[in-house]
Order: sequence, then structure tokens, then C-alpha cells
Amino acid sequence: MTLASLTDVTVDYPRRGRALGPFSLSVEPGEIVALVGASGCGKSTALRLLAGLEQPTGGTLNRNLSRGETSLVFQAPTLMPWAAAWKNVALPLELAGRPAHEVRERALAALDRVGLSAAAEAKPAQLSGGMAMRVSLARALVTEPRLLLLDEPFAALDSITRRDLIEDVHRLWSQTRPAVVFVTHDVEEAVYLASRVVVMTLGPGRTAAEIAIEAPLPRPAAFRTTPAFREGVETVSAALATAMGREKGVG
Amino acid sequence: MRRLLDILAPLLLVALLLAAWEGACRAFAVPTYFLPKPSEVWAALVDRWPVLLASAWETFLMAVSALAAASIVACALALQSALSRTFERAVRPLAVTLQVTPIVALAPLVTVWAGLDHARAAVVGLAAVVAFFPIFSGALTGLKAIDPDLERLFVLYGATPLQRLTKLSLPSATPFLLEGHKVGVGLAVVGAVVAEFVAGSGQTKGLAWRILEASNRLRIADMLAAVLVLGLLAVGLNALFAVLEKQALNRWRGRSR
Repeated sequence: MTLASLTDVTVDYPRRGRALGPFSLSVEPGEIVALVGASGCGKSTALRLLAGLEQPTGGTLNRNLSRGETSLVFQAPTLMPWAAAWKNVALPLELAGRPAHEVRERALAALDRVGLSAAAEAKPAQLSGGMAMRVSLARALVTEPRLLLLDEPFAALDSITRRDLIEDVHRLWSQTRPAVVFVTHDVEEAVYLASRVVVMTLGPGRTAAEIAIEAPLPRPAAFRTTPAFREGVETVSAALATAMGREKGVG
Repeated sequence: MRRLLDILAPLLLVALLLAAWEGACRAFAVPTYFLPKPSEVWAALVDRWPVLLASAWETFLMAVSALAAASIVACALALQSALSRTFERAVRPLAVTLQVTPIVALAPLVTVWAGLDHARAAVVGLAAVVAFFPIFSGALTGLKAIDPDLERLFVLYGATPLQRLTKLSLPSATPFLLEGHKVGVGLAVVGAVVAEFVAGSGQTKGLAWRILEASNRLRIADMLAAVLVLGLLAVGLNALFAVLEKQALNRWRGRSR
């Protein structure tokens, strides 16, 4: 059953005008979808729609998910600076009113999955950028969501930390196999991670191309050196260039 | 070495100024009823120490009561303002007006309303009015400075309004609340003294009353001694709140490594 779908949705803001659409996307269980497009094309808006945080101005939004089955990771770690790492991870469970011992246990287990058990008591200010992002990932995973939404989660990190985290996403994905929709403007990241890459036009974003990346998930790091990877990167890059060039001509 | 110098420099300046004052008074034979020598002020301080200490305690109590009252009202109004834009729009102009109106102008009114027999209540009330604004403004800024993405997470995970308040709004606003209270306590002391000057009828025996009393009797040394104690009280309270704020902030964000 489709987890969430957008059918011809548009989003208009009072002063800024149209931010997205008409745009369609459906997310099936267990797949990894990358949304690629230039800044301001409405990728983040699409994610907020899928999260149920916003309603479309037009078109239909369908979500077959109940509370706690969707998780969201932002570009910034978005941690509560006053709370220790494990308390940050525990937030979704606490808000759901789970019993205290279960909350702590599951939060620590989630931190362990991202390799941060040693930093459980540290406050966000004491963590490096990469560590804070891992805490943010742990918080998203602690509820074992069926839909995981990632809004350019690695954009602010240095390239080594970033590569580490990207491999982690595959490893973590393989444990519970949630559907993942992630936003990026890094073509290589998109091709490496996703089973399907959706290229969006310049804002207001529409679908310019949809490219399937056939190699099975999760992929080893060596996938980056295969012809399939390079072919995927070229196809997506070409689609992106066309999408942006065409729209520039119009605007 | 540098630290020692940092501590010594202001002390040295004070000592120099006192010496110059003492020297000038002696050289020009300035009468005591005009400007007493520092040594005479010191003597007055020692002589009137028990009275001054009791008065300082009274002023301290009035200032702290005012701070507490201001804090409760300011936080409650800020909370409601953060929840409702209309409420904020309604309250803010009044709060600003209250802030820019000189407390001296309000004092006779409040004295009448509180009743001449309740001078203490009048002083505390007036000091609370002075301390109110920085706390209100700080709390409101803090409550509105919440990371919008964190708010989205709270919505996503279905937080109740109470959970939002206790787990997001209040902790987010903590640094602003601390700052507001630190500024507020300084103003509460000023407010308590000014209010006692205007509204005090000798029923409250705070430091302002001591200053008034000494002034009426032209005992300038006693007056200066009271001013000195008042200064020390204000500095002490300020330092105390600065330390409290720093400690609380360290706990809040964790000591950075």
C-alpha cells in the first residue's frame, strides 16, 4: 500500500506566490526516493506536505500513516540545546507518553545504532557537527518510522563526515527498511542512496524527470566506482541541466 | 600577574580618590555639614552600622518582593502574549507606557491607593512596576525565539499544548528569562529606593528613609554612609544574580569543552 502520495498538489503562500507544483509523487514502503533540484524549487515544501505539517493549496495529499510513523531530519541538527543527547533522542517517545524506563532504554539503543553511546549525556554544544547530526538521525529512528524524511541532512557537513553519514543511512535503512524521501542538490549523493531520483524544475517545482537507479539496496561503498553509478550520475545531471536551462529560458 | 593588576587597578583608583578627597577637605577646611572627610564617613558607618544593616535588610526585602511580584505578573502576561498575537497587541502598548512613565509620577497615586498605613505595599508595588518591563520583554522574546524546525517536530510528534509549554517554550526561553531577571533585580533596587523616597512616610525604614532622615538633619556623613551601603547592596545583588545566571546557563547548555 502506498504510504503517502501527492497528486497534482500546489502550494501557494500569501505573499511569495506559488512555492510548489503542480507536483505528484507517491512513496511506496521500503523505497528510497531522492528529490533533486535547485534551491527554492519547493523540495522542502514537498517534504513538509509528506510529513503532514502543511496542507496543499490544491490537489490531493494522501497519507496512510498514523502518528509517530513519520520522522523528519532537517539540514541543521535541530536539537534542544538544554537537553542531553539521549534526552533529545528520547523526545518523540516522551511526547507519545511512553513509560520512562522504556524511553531511556530505546533512546540509548538508538544512540548506539548511530555509534554515539559514549556521548549519551553530552549536551548538543559539546558535540561536533557530525555527531549532532547523528543524534538527530537517532531521534528520527527511535520511533522506528515507516516514513523517514530527510531535508538536506548532510549539506552543512564537511565531505568526510558527510560520506560517513551517507553510508550510515544505508546501514540504518537496512535494519528496519523504512521508506525514505530525501532532499538534496548533490547528484552523486542522490544516485548513491536512492532507488529512484526525482528531478524537479526550478521553483515552483514540478517533476522534470524520474530516474530509477537499478542496483539493489543497500549498496556497498564500492558502488561509487561502478559504471552503473557513473551512468546514473550522468543521466541525473543531464536531466537537472535540462530542467534548469528550460525554466531559465521561460523566466 | 595581569589578573592581579586587573583586580588592583580599580582598588587603587578608589584609594587615590579617597586620599585626594581627604586631603582636599583638610587643606581647604571644608565644613563637615557640607562635605565630610572620608574618615568621618567611615566613622559614621561604623557608628550607625546596626541601623544601616537593618535598613539594608528592609530595602533588600522590598526589592526582592518587588522582583517576585513583577516576575509572576510579567511571566504570566508574556506567556499569554506568546500564545495570542491579539493579546500581545493589546498588552504591549500598556507595558511600554508603564515603562516610560517616571515612577516618581506614579508614586503619590499608588501611595493614596495603597493607603497611607500601607507604605510598604506601595513601595513594593512601585518597585515591581519598574522591574516588570525587562522581565516581560525578555520572557516574550524568549518564548518567541523558538527554533521553528523544533516546533515542527513537536507538531509532527503530536505534542499536547502542555508538553509544548514545559518541554519546548519554557526551556527555550530560559536564557532570556535569566537575563530579564538580572536586569530586573537591579531596577527593583532602584525602584524600591526611589519609591521609598517619594512614598515612604517613615513607616518603612529602608535605606532611602535613612538617607532622607540624615539629609533633614544635615548629617551628611550619615547620608554618605547610607549611600555607600546602598551601593554595596546593589552591587552585591547584581553580582549574585550574575553568578546565578552564569551557573544556570552553564547547566542549561552544558559546559563547552
